[in-house]
Amino acid sequence: MSGMHRNRIKGKGISLQRVVQLASAALLNGYAVGFQRGKIFTGGSKALCVPVLNCYSCPGALGACPIGSLQAALGGKGHRFPFYVFGMLMLFGILLGRGVCGLLCPFGLVQDLLHKIPVPKLKVPKRIDRPARYLKYAVFLVLVILLPAFAVSGSGISSPYFCKYLCPAGTLEGGIPLLLSNSGLRQAAGLLFQWKVLVLVVILAASAVIHRPFCKYLCPLGAFYAAFNRFSFFQMRLDREKCVGCKKCEASCPMNVEVTREINGTECIRCGKCRSVCPTQAISSGFSWDPGKTESIPREEKPEL
Amino acid sequence: MKDRTVLLARYGLLAAAAVFIAVGLLRREHLGVMEKAVRICLECIGIG
Repeated sequence: MSGMHRNRIKGKGISLQRVVQLASAALLNGYAVGFQRGKIFTGGSKALCVPVLNCYSCPGALGACPIGSLQAALGGKGHRFPFYVFGMLMLFGILLGRGVCGLLCPFGLVQDLLHKIPVPKLKVPKRIDRPARYLKYAVFLVLVILLPAFAVSGSGISSPYFCKYLCPAGTLEGGIPLLLSNSGLRQAAGLLFQWKVLVLVVILAASAVIHRPFCKYLCPLGAFYAAFNRFSFFQMRLDREKCVGCKKCEASCPMNVEVTREINGTECIRCGKCRSVCPTQAISSGFSWDPGKTESIPREEKPEL
Repeated sequence: MKDRTVLLARYGLLAAAAVFIAVGLLRREHLGVMEKAVRICLECIGIG
């Protein structure tokens, strides 16, 4: 079988990745009446952190955003180390790595869909792209950890700086739906809301021409999960003996990963594009308990041809 | 990276995550997460 459509649901023309992304977005934001009433869910599941950047002020959100929770814990009274939130993040990271970004994140899905718009695409030159990828680590360290922990107001608490000034998911999933359905909030919106809408519009517009610009350059959650990519249980696998070096995988990779060199590098979001275009089916993915089987499949385990 | 290193890191991090979650639950940090998440975060949505 040609590798071109192996990632597609038979006869449907929709990729497995897209099905998982849509299911995840619906599941994480399943409180549909919240959108109608302009109110948020207040049930017990809000004590659980979700693995993705999904604003807990989204009217549909059933769980808590881990980045918002992390800032709230670090910036709250007492400034205690947030074991619970870090533990949840580490658990998601070690299970899936950046598979969370490629398969589960609703804001990743939004960017993927916007990139389908037929406009000329921009390939960011390597000399800009490479250093810009480190921005997300700075965002995580400065806006999510250091400022909430140390830039404290007179009341002893600090702002969630990332959410307040940068997070586009909060504006898209929380701010806009709530303001549309709640006149009180609409009247309270001012300069800060205009700034956040501007950030959102710039990121959404950029998504049409650059694939997942927020994930590549700004997302603090992606930065955190990147540290787990090489160790996570969910891995991409490259059978080096089947690989013919055509580099179709690298040409198709939306995150510009050098697939044949480091298939589980920090930028791989496990979207499966490389797997679907491989003409020799040398690439596979899945949960691996044995790291010896991660990078390549040993010759003796390969089926006889 | 050597397989043994990956194996150690993988299971070590999994164990660390479980310990962190358990400590957080004992310190009732999940209630703090919930308390924050059930109220509209005005800063998160850009109201201030």
